[in-house]
Amino acid sequence: MSFPLLLLAPLLAATASDPSGEIWVTNEKDDTISVIDTAKLEVVRTIKTGERPRGITFNSDHSRVYICASDSDTVQVMDPATGEILHDLPSGEDPEQFILAPDDKHLWIANEDDAVTTVVDVDTRQVVGQINVGIEPEGMAISPDGKIVITTSETTNMAHWIDTEKKTIFANTLVDSRPRHAEFAKGGTELWVSSEIGGTITIFDVATQTEKVKIRFEIAGVNADLIQPVGFEFTADGKTAFVALGPANHVAVINGETFAVEKYVLVGRRVWHLAFSPDHTQLFTTNGVSGDVTVIDVATLEPLKSIRVGRFPWGAATRP
Amino acid sequence: MTVEAFPSIEEETGGFLHSHSLVALRAILHREALRFIGQRGRLVAALVRPLVWLFVFAAGFRAALGLAITPPYQTYITYEIYIVPGLVGMILLFNGMQSSLSLVYDREMGSMRLLLTAPLPRWWLLFCRLLAGSLMAVVQAYAFLAIAALYGIRFPWFGYLAAAPAILTAAMMLGALGLLLSSFIRRLENFAGVMNFVIFPMFFLSSALYPLWKMAEASPHLRDLCALNPFTHAVELIRFALYAKGNLTALAVTLAAFVIFGLVAIWGYDPARGLTARKA
Repeated sequence: MSFPLLLLAPLLAATASDPSGEIWVTNEKDDTISVIDTAKLEVVRTIKTGERPRGITFNSDHSRVYICASDSDTVQVMDPATGEILHDLPSGEDPEQFILAPDDKHLWIANEDDAVTTVVDVDTRQVVGQINVGIEPEGMAISPDGKIVITTSETTNMAHWIDTEKKTIFANTLVDSRPRHAEFAKGGTELWVSSEIGGTITIFDVATQTEKVKIRFEIAGVNADLIQPVGFEFTADGKTAFVALGPANHVAVINGETFAVEKYVLVGRRVWHLAFSPDHTQLFTTNGVSGDVTVIDVATLEPLKSIRVGRFPWGAATRP
Repeated sequence: MTVEAFPSIEEETGGFLHSHSLVALRAILHREALRFIGQRGRLVAALVRPLVWLFVFAAGFRAALGLAITPPYQTYITYEIYIVPGLVGMILLFNGMQSSLSLVYDREMGSMRLLLTAPLPRWWLLFCRLLAGSLMAVVQAYAFLAIAALYGIRFPWFGYLAAAPAILTAAMMLGALGLLLSSFIRRLENFAGVMNFVIFPMFFLSSALYPLWKMAEASPHLRDLCALNPFTHAVELIRFALYAKGNLTALAVTLAAFVIFGLVAIWGYDPARGLTARKA
């Protein structure tokens, strides 16, 4: 039974925007990918992968999806239309996160157990370089011009600045404890790095590799130890950043201009990573422990729904 | 103010209302509204009670829920959002009991006798009294929802509209319970027992403060007891309605409880058969 007014709600929603597309979520315990339809807000496909899938990314035209199958020690290349694994890429041991260069040619992979960053040519399927970095590398980012790659090492607590041409480190910058994720912002002029144990986001000026701002978090009623920033994403205009706060079960909303935390949105348990719907009206969060994905309305900053996926969802990527 | 203070039917209606039944309804509504407006302290008291629960009690449990999603919720919620329908239920429960208290008072003062000797069916007079009290409760409930909205606890706008019939139904059911109790209680002094034996058990043994799955974690029997409590269903009816969703079970149980309480109350007020006859 439903009240007649309920009928108006979908009509109003339908006139607002068209959020059609898909969010691909890796489930690290189930060895699967859950595909969420962003219009229906439900899982429409579940695809088998290698062991412990974590990092996931599409190429520019979304004809290929790359998956870090960490415990299979490989990066899998999948045809997203069919869900078929086309081939594996040599990734080095325990690949956790990676970044695809803007030209779609090179995949930069963090090998957590080997303390190296591996560069793989996706066409020839050959390793074309390995760079020694700090212990337990994880976060990976590439500048919009493709000239700088960042690897963050969780135990060394550093962001390593790699010249992509020379494939060598040209700078190392200290960050707070256990850096897990990095992203370039504002056209590549800023670098944001999240520190899980430190509970902060450090923002660097890319030109000088110096620290510009440090963002801290505080949620009423939540123990400070539980506030562990991990993945984060920026809106299309770059004016707002959303930061997953791990076991704090909240996503922080940060003003990209003032760096002030404007709101905390309640999501599921142990939120890892985030992905926007193709039209950027909705944000999807992977909640590792509760095994679901919370959908946040970007305009109102209200959580709309939590969608059950596989066990321990981790990475998320958008497909139009 | 009493019923006999009203002008004659002809004066009062100006020929607009012809049915004596409607005149009685209007007069009783008018009397309740005047009593409600006259007793500002009652409105303040009715609002302070749930607001203390919301601002103080719920604040300490902010992160207590959010481990499982149960309908009508589609995502994780704070405890403050969870508790609001239960506190609306609390307002209705206290209002129902308060109107039963005022019925006992009316009986002691003699105005009840005047009301019941009106040349109209007794059930109709009692229904009018019940409806009047329930409408006052709905006003209090919306005043509370408005304050909660200012505090930041908001529901979809269509939920506020959809909740009106649900809140009125729940208020009628709890008012009927009050009516029933008032037919059993002879003296105002006996009313304290209602607090201990009706209000507290009804409120705490319900889904007002914790969802039933949380009760089941403590004891399945406790959960079953809560599921049998009509107040649980009244609260769930309001909870679903605030998201413009229906809950057929909650509606059926609330209506059934309303009919049963109402019929027993009418029987109780019958001077020939009811409890009033035996006690007279």
